[in-house]
Amino acid sequence: MSNWTRACAVDDIEEEDLIRFDHNGRTYAVYRSPSDEYFCTDGLCTHEQVHLADGLVMDYIIECPMHNGQFDYRTGKAMRSPACVDLRTYPVRVENGQVFVEVE
Amino acid sequence: MTDEAPRFRDYSLTGIDARPGFEPGQWYSSPIPRKRLKQLMRRSDRKGLINNGLWIGLTVVTGCLLVATWGSWWALPAAFVYGIFYGSGADSRWHECGHGTVFKTRWLNNVFYHLASFMSLKNPYLWRWSHTRHHTDTIVVGRDPEIAFPRPPSILGMFTNLLYLRSGLKEFDRMIRLSLGRLTDDEKQYLIESERPPAFWTSRVHLAVHLSVVGVSIWTQSWLPLMLIGLPSFYGSWLHHLLAATQHAGLAEDLPDHRLNSRTVYLNPFFSFIYSNMNYHVEHHMYPMVPFYTLPELHEEIKNDCPPAYSSSIAAYREMIPAMLRQRRDPNHFVRRPLPEQANPTPHYVRPQFVYAT
Ligand code: FES
Repeated sequence: MSNWTRACAVDDIEEEDLIRFDHNGRTYAVYRSPSDEYFCTDGLCTHEQVHLADGLVMDYIIECPMHNGQFDYRTGKAMRSPACVDLRTYPVRVENGQVFVEVE
Repeated sequence: MTDEAPRFRDYSLTGIDARPGFEPGQWYSSPIPRKRLKQLMRRSDRKGLINNGLWIGLTVVTGCLLVATWGSWWALPAAFVYGIFYGSGADSRWHECGHGTVFKTRWLNNVFYHLASFMSLKNPYLWRWSHTRHHTDTIVVGRDPEIAFPRPPSILGMFTNLLYLRSGLKEFDRMIRLSLGRLTDDEKQYLIESERPPAFWTSRVHLAVHLSVVGVSIWTQSWLPLMLIGLPSFYGSWLHHLLAATQHAGLAEDLPDHRLNSRTVYLNPFFSFIYSNMNYHVEHHMYPMVPFYTLPELHEEIKNDCPPAYSSSIAAYREMIPAMLRQRRDPNHFVRRPLPEQANPTPHYVRPQFVYAT
């Protein structure tokens, strides 16, 4: 069953940045790309469960603040060790200046 | 009163003191506004290339000087300077590129990472994972594989290692072992399965290059090839080891606060260049995302929340050596770094069997 939830307003995230979004006891990361698209992944790094919201977005890469593991946040693909397991991604839609995420 | 010998802890990752470390969220970070932190974390290919280009350029030029002066007494100062760029310069660059923070472009980090790893005799795969653990569990006994001075610390070992005699020979031994596809129990703790084959193959390549250099030396009946590749990792790395020994020696173990288990030491510009600003060690551990060229700015940002930096390496050694001497008798002794009055307190933490007394 689809479950679209409002995560934030579009301006809550700077360009090429991310914020943390907590919902139903889970943590997500919502991204705004350099070309103004929005994406969502799990909020914790698959390596050691560190919050990605403290990391650095470079183009379409999120770098984990703990050991510099990297993921492509569009696909969740792990790009640099020690991050080896992909991140889960979630559909995102933008409506009336609000960002919605389809969570479970 | 008892005459019982003090019990020193088991620093192996599979021994009796091996227990879970701290949760990532337990480690203290000095507060920095997100906007500022983003500026500090920014990578620059230009800055990375200027620094590393200069380093490679100076290594090549001084290497040519060594070749040109070989056979005369001038070869001694030439080797001295070349060795510093090769042996000491590579060790810090291995570290920086391992974090992937030097260049914005990923492949540039990788190229310099592999080159500097070879020059400092390190296996790039094994060390990436060992260093990952070092950042997760900095100076946590039974967790951190990179505790350079386990108690009781060896002062003699520290000085003989200026010529890389302790850890460099260990790296050679490791190179041979990994070439044969063998890992120790400790290494198995942190090197994941999928990274083992590339680790083994890289060691084989490193070993083949070193053996070829030995072969060329024998064939030409000259030490020169070995003085250019291989031996400078030993005779030239003293500056790196001299500076790096101050990172954590004599400080607290099992404490999730890098302000109290690491040192920030002011250095002259030449030493900072060779050492890639790793003298800002508290800052590096607290925010490993910040590239080395921005660490002085990060230091300015958080210094009021940290113990005072040491004015020089000599100042750090003045504190370290007596503390290490005392640790040879008393395993519970360590240097308590003073936090400034306005600093945030060290976090409350619980890890069984050891209590940090403030
Ligand atoms: S916790 Fe993210 S790379 Fe290690």
